[in-house]
Amino acid sequence: MEMRSKEFKSRAVYYIHDGALQKAMGMLRDGFVAKRTQQAAELPEFEALREEAKNLKNHILDHLDHYLTRYEAAVKASGGHVHWARDAAEAREIILGICRRVHAKTVTKGKSMVSEEIGLNEALIENGMDVVETDLGEYIIQLADEPPSHIIAPAVHKTKDQVSDLFEEAHGTERKTTVPDLVNEARQVLREKYFRADVGITGGNYLVAETGSSVIVTNEGNGDLTQTLAKVHIVTSGIERVVPRLDDVTLFLRLLARSATGQETETYTTFSTGPRRADDKDGPEEYHVVLVDNGRSKMLGGRFREMLRCIRCGACMNHCPVYGSVGGHAYGWVYPGPMGSVLTPLIKGLDNAYDLPNACTLNGRCGSVCPVKIPLPDLLRELRHMQHRQKITPAIQRHALTAWRFAATRPKLYHFGEKVAARLLALAGRRKGRLRKLPLAAGWTDARDLPAPAGKTFLEQWQKQRGGQ
Amino acid sequence: MSTARDEILGAIRGALGRGQLDDVTRAKLDAVEHAHIRPAFEGDLVERFVRKFESRAGTVTRVAKLSDVPKAVEAHRAQWHLPKRAAVGAALHKLKWAAGWEIHFDAAGIEETLSVSLAVCGIAETGSLLFASGPESPITHNFVPDDQVAVLPVEHIVKWFENAWPILRQREDGMPRATNIVSGPSRTADVEQTVQLGAHGPRRVHVVLVG
Ligand code: SF4
Repeated sequence: MEMRSKEFKSRAVYYIHDGALQKAMGMLRDGFVAKRTQQAAELPEFEALREEAKNLKNHILDHLDHYLTRYEAAVKASGGHVHWARDAAEAREIILGICRRVHAKTVTKGKSMVSEEIGLNEALIENGMDVVETDLGEYIIQLADEPPSHIIAPAVHKTKDQVSDLFEEAHGTERKTTVPDLVNEARQVLREKYFRADVGITGGNYLVAETGSSVIVTNEGNGDLTQTLAKVHIVTSGIERVVPRLDDVTLFLRLLARSATGQETETYTTFSTGPRRADDKDGPEEYHVVLVDNGRSKMLGGRFREMLRCIRCGACMNHCPVYGSVGGHAYGWVYPGPMGSVLTPLIKGLDNAYDLPNACTLNGRCGSVCPVKIPLPDLLRELRHMQHRQKITPAIQRHALTAWRFAATRPKLYHFGEKVAARLLALAGRRKGRLRKLPLAAGWTDARDLPAPAGKTFLEQWQKQRGGQ
Repeated sequence: MSTARDEILGAIRGALGRGQLDDVTRAKLDAVEHAHIRPAFEGDLVERFVRKFESRAGTVTRVAKLSDVPKAVEAHRAQWHLPKRAAVGAALHKLKWAAGWEIHFDAAGIEETLSVSLAVCGIAETGSLLFASGPESPITHNFVPDDQVAVLPVEHIVKWFENAWPILRQREDGMPRATNIVSGPSRTADVEQTVQLGAHGPRRVHVVLVG
C-alpha cells in the first residue's frame, strides 16, 4: 500500500472538513466507547485481567523463540506448514508461491491487518488473481479502493448512503437503502465467492504453541467460510501473536471483545489446527501459516518492546481525540491512531512518519484503556526524542527546544526570561486581553487567540501572595 | 545458507541478549500452566447459559430426551417457513424424522437452508456453544445454512472456557481441524455501527436443550 504518512497535516485538515467523516466519527464515539465503558464496569475483574495480560505478554516476549519453535512443531505434527518471512516482500513471495502452485484464480480473504501491512492484495491482483475481501467492512473499502480507516471497523468512515452508492455501482442491482438490505445483498454476492475460492487467507489473532492452532475472532463468520470452503487455507500472522496454551487464549478473549467492540464475547472464535482430516467432509486440503517479522524482532530489542504486547483491539483509537477528529486515513498507512503512530514510524522509518508521534496531545486516554497496558503516550514521547536526536525534527523546533533547555537548566536566567516575556505579552495584548498573533507560533494562533498573561509571572504572584500572609 | 527461520530466531535471541535456551529450561517452560482470573459468578449454569445465549439473539427450547429433537426442529422449521430438508451431523444419525423430511449427513452446500448439529459443550460464562469438526460434524453446518439448530445435552454445560479445554485435550485424535465457538447468530455492525444479524453465517441459531 502506498505510504502517505508524510502528508498527515494536510490530510488531517481535509478530513476535519469532511462532513460525512465527521458524522461517522460521532457514531464511533457513541458506539464502541460507550459499550466498552459499560462492559468494563460490569466485570469487576477487568483491571486485574489487564495486569495479568500485560504480565503474560511480557513472559511470552521474553521467551518468544521458545514458544515459536514449539508452535511450529505442533503445526507440523497436525499436518500443516509453517513459513517464516523476514519482511513484507518475503511474505508476499511465499503466499504468491503457494497460490501459483495451486493455480489459484479466486482468493477470498478474511480480515487480516498483517496482510494489509505486507501489501498482499496488490501483489495477488498484479499476478492476475481475483481477490475478494469478505469482511463486510473490508469489502466496502475494497469497492471504494481505499485502505482501512480502523483496525476493527475498516469502513467506519463510510456512511450508509456511500455504501448504497458503492453497491449499486459494483453489483448493478437496484439501489438498496436500508442496512438489512445492504447486508443481505453483500451476503448473496460473497456466498458465491466462498464456494468458488481456491485459496482462503485469514489472519491469526493467536497462535497456540500447545496445539499448533491459529485462532480467529469474528462476528460475521466470513473468516470461517473463507478458510473452510477454499482448497488451501493460508494464515498470515505476526511473530508476536503466539501464546503458550489454550488457557492463555481465554485470558485475551476476555479482554479483546470488551475492549474492541464492547461485547462480552464476539460471535465466533475459531481454532484451526492443520488441514482437513482423512474422513472429514469439508475443510481445506492444505494449511499454511506465514509468520511475519517485518521489524518486530528489532522492536523486541529496544525501547519499544512493550508495543509488541498489542492485541489489535482498537480501543486506543476509539478513545483518541485526534483520531476522533481526523479519522484513520489521515495517518496515511494501515495502522492509525495511537498504536499506528507508534508502529508506523518503527516499521516504515522515523522520517517517513514525522507528524504521527507529534500529533498526539498526550492526554493519556489511550494508555488508560489499553487492555495490555501499553504506555502509548510514553512511547510517543520517546519517538519524539528520537526524532530530535536524529535531527528529523524541523530545525526551528530543534533550536527552540535547545534554547529552552539551556534556559530551563539555569533557574535565574529562566525566571528573568519569563518576567520579560510575561510583561511583553501583557503589553502586546493589553487592549483586548488576547493575542491574535505570536511570533514563531503562527500555526497555533492562526486558528485561535492566546489569552494575554497578567503581566507578572506565576512565581512572582505566588511569592507576593505568600509574602502577604 | 542461513534461512529466514534461523535469521528471525537469531534476531529474537539477539534482541533478548541470550543464546538458544537449553532443554532443561525449555522443558520447565512447557510445564508451566498459567492459571488466569475467571469472572466470578454464582447460580445455576443452565439458567445462565440460556440467559446469555438469548442476550445475543439466540433462541432456546428444552426437551426431555434426545428422541424429542426432531419435533423441536419441526417447530422451528414451521415458524420460519423452511423447506423440510436438513443437513444433520452424523453424530445424530439415530434420530427418527417424520415422513416428508429429506435428511442427509454430508457437508452443507450453497443452497442449504437448515442444519442440525450436536454441540460438544455449552459454556455458561458467555452463553457459547462449542463444536468440534469431524466426519460426524462438518464445519459447513455451522456457517452455511440460514438456520442452525444446535443440540445440547444439559449435562454438557460447563462453567468457564477453562472447563472446555480439557475436553479437547482428551480427544483421542487431538484437536480437530476446526473448533468453533459460537455465541448466537452471525452479525455485523460495519454499516454505520448498526447491528444487523445474518451477515455471512446463520441468521438464526436455535438451541435445543436436552434433559
Ligand atoms: S495498543 Fe492497546 S489499545 Fe491499542 S490496539 Fe493495541 S492492544 Fe488495543
